[in-house]
Amino acid sequence: MSLGIDEPASADSEPERPTVIGGSTRFVPGQSNDRVTIVNGKVQLGQRLRDLWRNRDLLVLLTRTELKVKYKESVLGYAWSMLNPALVLAIYYMIFKVISRTQQPHFAIWLFCGLIVWNLFNNSAQSSTTVVVGKAGIIKKVAFPRELLAMSTVGVAIVLFFIQVVVLIIFLAAFQLVPDWGSLWLLPLAFIALLVFTSAVSIFLSAVNVYLRDTQHLTEVALMAWFWLTPIVYPFGQLSAHLAKYHLTWLYLANPIAPIAMTFQRVIYNQTSYTNSLHAVVPLLPTYGDGWYAGMIGIVFVVSVCLFLLSLIVFGRLEGNFAEEL
Amino acid sequence: MTTAIEVRDISKQFKLYTEKQTSLKERIIKGGKMPYTPFWALRDINVEINQGETFGILGRNGCGKSTLLKCIAGILKPTTGEIRVRGSLAAMLELGAGFQPDLSGRDNIFLNGSLLGLSHAEIEKRYDAIVAFAELEDFIDNQVKFYSSGMYVRLGFAVAVNVEPDVLLVDEVLAVGDASFQRKCLDHVRKFQREGRTILVVSHSTDVMRQNCSRVMVMNHGQVITIDEPGEGIRVFLADLLGVGTLEHSESGGIEGNVLAIGAVHAEHGGSGERLHLYPGESLTITADLDSLAAVPNAMATIAIHGDDNELVFASDPDDPMCAIEVPEGGGIVRFHFPEVPLLDGTYSVSVGVRSATDTAIFDWKDQVTKFEVANPGRATGRVRLLPDISFRLRGLGHTGEVPAIGAEFAPAALPGWEESTA
Repeated sequence: MSLGIDEPASADSEPERPTVIGGSTRFVPGQSNDRVTIVNGKVQLGQRLRDLWRNRDLLVLLTRTELKVKYKESVLGYAWSMLNPALVLAIYYMIFKVISRTQQPHFAIWLFCGLIVWNLFNNSAQSSTTVVVGKAGIIKKVAFPRELLAMSTVGVAIVLFFIQVVVLIIFLAAFQLVPDWGSLWLLPLAFIALLVFTSAVSIFLSAVNVYLRDTQHLTEVALMAWFWLTPIVYPFGQLSAHLAKYHLTWLYLANPIAPIAMTFQRVIYNQTSYTNSLHAVVPLLPTYGDGWYAGMIGIVFVVSVCLFLLSLIVFGRLEGNFAEEL
Repeated sequence: MTTAIEVRDISKQFKLYTEKQTSLKERIIKGGKMPYTPFWALRDINVEINQGETFGILGRNGCGKSTLLKCIAGILKPTTGEIRVRGSLAAMLELGAGFQPDLSGRDNIFLNGSLLGLSHAEIEKRYDAIVAFAELEDFIDNQVKFYSSGMYVRLGFAVAVNVEPDVLLVDEVLAVGDASFQRKCLDHVRKFQREGRTILVVSHSTDVMRQNCSRVMVMNHGQVITIDEPGEGIRVFLADLLGVGTLEHSESGGIEGNVLAIGAVHAEHGGSGERLHLYPGESLTITADLDSLAAVPNAMATIAIHGDDNELVFASDPDDPMCAIEVPEGGGIVRFHFPEVPLLDGTYSVSVGVRSATDTAIFDWKDQVTKFEVANPGRATGRVRLLPDISFRLRGLGHTGEVPAIGAEFAPAALPGWEESTA
């Protein structure tokens, strides 16, 4: 078999192969890479997960690109990422502290604990709806695990999350508030559960919006409702008695963001109740031990992993026609 | 021999919506179903591409060749069937796809390399080679949006080829940049071939196919027409799909006031078999029917041959005494015989004329009255078939009998008929 006019010798009989430029690797066909890629109409979950892992560098890069592009050529740069959460915080603080006159001490810290959790989920879910549609150019021309586009919105949200955490730590220092060091181990667990859940939702939404463009608007409205169903501005403790009366506590806690936000409040705010001016004890959070919180997070984690796998399957199904639909 | 790409029963259906409805409301109104016409872009494609092979897919626009390439790349999912690709794969469907205009060239190298499946460490190792290949050392920290289109594709190509995949898919992107960069690209493709990598090229350029491919597949309407050697494949592509070529017969004729008129013109090749095309080097005979009202004793027959692009390839010397014919009353048949046609691929049209030898009067001229096609089974490209006699000698040994001094062969004396005509 001849390969070109200037290459009469068969490639297989050629003992000396030229060194590849740009690296010291020597290319030997069939040996360097024996992995077989199969393309067919089916969704192979195992291969998807392997591809995601293999392309983890790409995830980091997509995230970095997203951030760079977002804040490039703006004078304030990353400060903009703080402006929105700061304003939200200020507004809720004004409403509840000044107008509603809540007597909860360090109300800003309480708000902050829940908001950082919510912001991560909200940022990612919101931007995931448009990420696949917006990257039509790449999707039509390059083959790569497209879930990474959705996951890059989670990556961006993580970076913004940690910027807010830094500000939160400054707040804590300023108010001289001490978190519950003994329960601190709950936070990484809650954070991981939050990431898995957010990834699942983002991957799902990014794919569905390709086919149903209503999704992005629907998501906006749904997230607003979701926010008020989560104990962020108000404490769970004020609701728990009512919920228990109608046996709806389980339903309320079925919202995966709720236990995560409550864990953050429990550990960082470090107060499960306070005494108001009438000397009545106002409950803020369940007074169970760390085990209860860990259990709740465990449930959220398991459910989130299932949702994550499910979202990958849905994404895989829908992905087949991305290049045509976009 | 191992198979690098195995395509089994691949079909791909596209849904052509009359009007695309993507909002929820419209879907609910339509009951979740949208009217569409199914369109099969690919139908039962089966092909095996061997490791180390350079395989071409040839076809007209819309024949499904790019769709097949996208299926192999994994960008589109086939409706039925399965594709197996052994080893790493990189697809060059569009150079610079995935570039972020706001990022620098450096950032884009990393982004694009990652999209093509490289890890960060692998890109770092190749970074210098990529920049050098793209010749962008001075601009690598500038934002890509300030690049010229040439710089843009150069960077895209540099990243793509430096991925060094086991299997490379190329879609009409070999011709980028200026001439020297194009040469560099082709050199790189050759290097890939030498290294035993598998290359799959999609093109409608027959020259690219002929020079680079070991086999070509011809497609039409989503189906495989043939898988063959480049020469034969290209012939099938040109003949069957473009509907050109084949020896044609003209039907026009008749006398319109002139003494002498040209009737039917035929072309015949001297090769064996029922082929409608001739191979380079075969003989060709053109016959033209002449009708004459009176005897024309000193007429001159002339012939001209034009190429596909209407470029004149050959026109006979009108004063050559060889062209003189004596036409009796009633006419006859004039025959032009070319013992050897030194032309390469293409469709050539023949014009035939008869003029007076004594004055400038033209009795008749049939412009591009018939066609013949030359199909080249070999790998030479261009218009004319030259057969160089190539040998090698060491410097300083003087001329040997094997290598005639340049000019000796082409001296006027060596050309038959030259002396007579000049004398």
